[in-house]
Amino acid sequence: MKLSTRSLEIVGAWLLAVLWVLPLLYAVWTAFHPGEFATSFKLTAPLTLQNFANAWDAAPFARYFLNTTMLVTLILVAQFVVCTPAAFAFARMEFPGRDIVFGIVLMQLMVMPDVLLVGNYRTMATLGVVDTILAIALPYLGSAFGIFLLRQTFRMVPQQLDDAARLEGCTLLGRLWRVYVPLAKPTYIAYGLVSVSYHWNNFLWPLVITNSVKTRPLTVGLSVFASTDQGIDWSIITAATLMTSAPLLVAFLLFQRQFVQSFMRAGIR
Amino acid sequence: MLNRRTLLAASAATLAAPSIARAQATKISFYYPIAVGGPIPAIFDGYCKEFQAATGIEVAPVYAGNYGETLTKAITAIKGGNGPHLAVLLAAEMHSLQDLDILASLDDVGLDAAGKKWMEGFYPAFLANSKAEGKLWSVPFQRSTSVMYFNKDAFKEAGLDTEKFPRTWAELQAAAVKLTKKDAGGRVTRWGVKMAADVGNAQWTFGGLANQAGHILMNEAGTETYFNHPKAIEALAFWRGLATAGAAPEGVSNWGQLTPDFLEGNAAIIQHTTGNLTNLRTNAKFPFGIAGLPGKEGPRTVVGGGNIYFFKNANPAERAAALKFARFLTEPDRAADWSMKTGYIAVRPEAYETKTLKDYIAGFPAADVARGFLPVAVGELSTFENQKVYAALTNNVQACLNGTKTPAQAMADTQVEADRILKSYKKA
Amino acid sequence: MRRETVQGWLLILPALLLLVAFTHWPAATTIIDSFYTTPKGSRPPRFVGFENYADLMTDPVFWTALRNNAVYALWTIPASVILALVMALAVNTAIPGRALVRMAYFTPTMLPMIAVANIWLFFFTPDYGLFDHVLGFFGGVRHNWLGDRDTALPAMIVVAVWKEAGFFMIFYLAALQAMPPDLKECAALEGSSRWNFFRRVTLPLLMPTTLFVLVNAVINAFRLVDHVVVMTRGGPDNATTLLLYYIYEAGFRFWDQALAATLTVVLLALLGLLAWLQFGVLGKRVHYR
Repeated sequence: MKLSTRSLEIVGAWLLAVLWVLPLLYAVWTAFHPGEFATSFKLTAPLTLQNFANAWDAAPFARYFLNTTMLVTLILVAQFVVCTPAAFAFARMEFPGRDIVFGIVLMQLMVMPDVLLVGNYRTMATLGVVDTILAIALPYLGSAFGIFLLRQTFRMVPQQLDDAARLEGCTLLGRLWRVYVPLAKPTYIAYGLVSVSYHWNNFLWPLVITNSVKTRPLTVGLSVFASTDQGIDWSIITAATLMTSAPLLVAFLLFQRQFVQSFMRAGIR
Repeated sequence: MLNRRTLLAASAATLAAPSIARAQATKISFYYPIAVGGPIPAIFDGYCKEFQAATGIEVAPVYAGNYGETLTKAITAIKGGNGPHLAVLLAAEMHSLQDLDILASLDDVGLDAAGKKWMEGFYPAFLANSKAEGKLWSVPFQRSTSVMYFNKDAFKEAGLDTEKFPRTWAELQAAAVKLTKKDAGGRVTRWGVKMAADVGNAQWTFGGLANQAGHILMNEAGTETYFNHPKAIEALAFWRGLATAGAAPEGVSNWGQLTPDFLEGNAAIIQHTTGNLTNLRTNAKFPFGIAGLPGKEGPRTVVGGGNIYFFKNANPAERAAALKFARFLTEPDRAADWSMKTGYIAVRPEAYETKTLKDYIAGFPAADVARGFLPVAVGELSTFENQKVYAALTNNVQACLNGTKTPAQAMADTQVEADRILKSYKKA
Repeated sequence: MRRETVQGWLLILPALLLLVAFTHWPAATTIIDSFYTTPKGSRPPRFVGFENYADLMTDPVFWTALRNNAVYALWTIPASVILALVMALAVNTAIPGRALVRMAYFTPTMLPMIAVANIWLFFFTPDYGLFDHVLGFFGGVRHNWLGDRDTALPAMIVVAVWKEAGFFMIFYLAALQAMPPDLKECAALEGSSRWNFFRRVTLPLLMPTTLFVLVNAVINAFRLVDHVVVMTRGGPDNATTLLLYYIYEAGFRFWDQALAATLTVVLLALLGLLAWLQFGVLGKRVHYR
């Protein structure tokens, strides 16, 4: 009896896994076979790489890759640089106005910039940065989520370590850099993963703010490329999908254990 | 392989500067949409290179999605301060674009006497959506009429004559019923006819149907609509009736899905644009035909597609360059080339005098079918607040096709909504 | 003391500036805009008080969008959170091929919605799409999933749940793995059943995670419209129009700034209310560090 519930659970878990990976399986099938097999599944279908070649030629994906890479790097680095000191101040310093400001910061947890498309567009136009990668990134650089996470982590750093560093003559920033940041490494990794996957896949705001090939990230490039009015060509779309998501997929495949562990240690739970 | 320095330089440049240099008059930016299959970006890239070689003017072509997306992109970019200098947008957007105060009329662009003569060389049907307030606002470019593609194998199988495509609604419906095929389990494996009713396309299909009933949906000024009219209701009832007769699927079919449906053999007839002809010819694995739309009594259709618009944000030098480019694109040889590569109707009669196009049509007569229906074509639905009116119409058409509203109800609701939208544009 | 004040403010200043400039400031201007008409060409904006709100109340599309979003949220939030928990529990035990299963659950997070929406489009394709293939195999009838008002929104919900559950699973998994193993041994000694253990020990210990995941799920229920853009553009007959999609349409398709601003204010108010519910009411029952 006990064994059978257990095997039932295993079967269930696997079934769910198959369901979940089905779109990816379909993408792999379609991308590696000629177009006529996109909607019919025959084991004898010949394999081909032509769809990838066609997709690669049909749109400047190399440029889109570069744009997305620059975008997520810019956002990640800036978020770390901006959120770290703020989180530290909220976690370990006493100054008037702190709690009110923290409340103001936390408001962004619910009111994400994506909702404020129209207002932010106008700001970017005023600043004259429409259609730049900086403009895609700007609304996300000050991240309440990042500040909140890091603050939680910094508060768990033992005060003795901080005091010891202070006695050794460390400055404020020195303590932050030598004591707090190293101890918060798992949080940085976990937050980094969330941030990278969010911005690698973000769509609506980049769609609004970019106009040209030079700034379009992969998602916008893909949507323009696959714009369905042309008549959907699944072979090419799936090939493009696989190409564009491959870096993230491979990265996760290689590091999944580390990711889960850093989530665990980061205390995002 | 990119080395680090160029990568850094490229990053710095993209991060800091708006990508379109506005200072140089010899570089203009051009947005265009794609609504048909095939390697369109490569064609435009080729034209731009040719143009640069001939004139020294650099044109940066930006593909921005389908018509709706390109419209959004162009206006957003103009409002953001680095918009295109010219763009191909839906011909029917004239009133709305004018209302936004971003268009430069052809006079503003600097059309001289020779230019005026050139403008007279377009098919009049394609200029219908270019004129307002006594001025010309756009240059016809990728123009089409709504046509039907039909699978000849399916026709033969159903015992229909491949040389005689239905000319009336009754004939079309009868043929479509015959063409609908079911398997042993009663599941439909092939539909008689499919027409697009998704957002961005329903209004075009319906514009054709309304004309087939002998009805025009708006006034020329774009300030009034006539949806709540017996003929408009009749047109919608015919559309809905195709599904209740079992010849078309229930609910809404998507424009983008029609091409794969047709190629897959899932739809025997699709209503689409002439611009898709070359794509279908390349990809269809069966013989197919192209025919003008039928009508209540006889063939009637609607024109569609995109015109070239010029924008106010361009300085005089840029405007001149843009106009030059528009003329370049519509030269007979190029119009012929464009028509052959896509299936769009060449916008000037003289293109059909070129040897290349003559030879092409001689070898592929289907390429000249759509042009024959220009005399029975009307302009596309075009009003102020065009997109809002489209949305109102589309929602109601979709509700009707879903069976939640009767044709009469749907048209009445559309009219109320359109009246509300156009309230402030009606002259007192 | 004064020095710490200066230092503290300096440390938070960059973050605060960015946050205010791109969240609070646009929120404020949006509220102001919602009291003015849309400027058009030569016509400047005109103050109209609450007229835009009155118009919104009579706008049927707004009510449809609101209702759709409510349905969408009420299904996607519980479904994705519960599935995430189930997935985490599954891959937290020693099942064969655990790494593969975990990978499978997590893949949707890594695929851009904009791309997978096209794949889902094939799944939902009538007649020869995957679902109709499978249904046909079992003798079912075809269905125009995305073209039918009754099934279009459920289809959007399925895609959203598929996309999100794996992401939330990671958080649960991290929490489960951080739970002290001796707890389970104690329970085993006391002979408590698995269900009881789960209900009495695991679930309460997971409460902070649940709150965190819930907050994210709520946000996504109002933020994630990418698949609507690709798959239905809000149709048929607004059956899949969600609030943010309507804002996008109003702002960037209709160029109706007043409508977009008013809608945004309503969405902001809604999010504020939900935040208050979650942190104020639910949050009190969870002890956070």
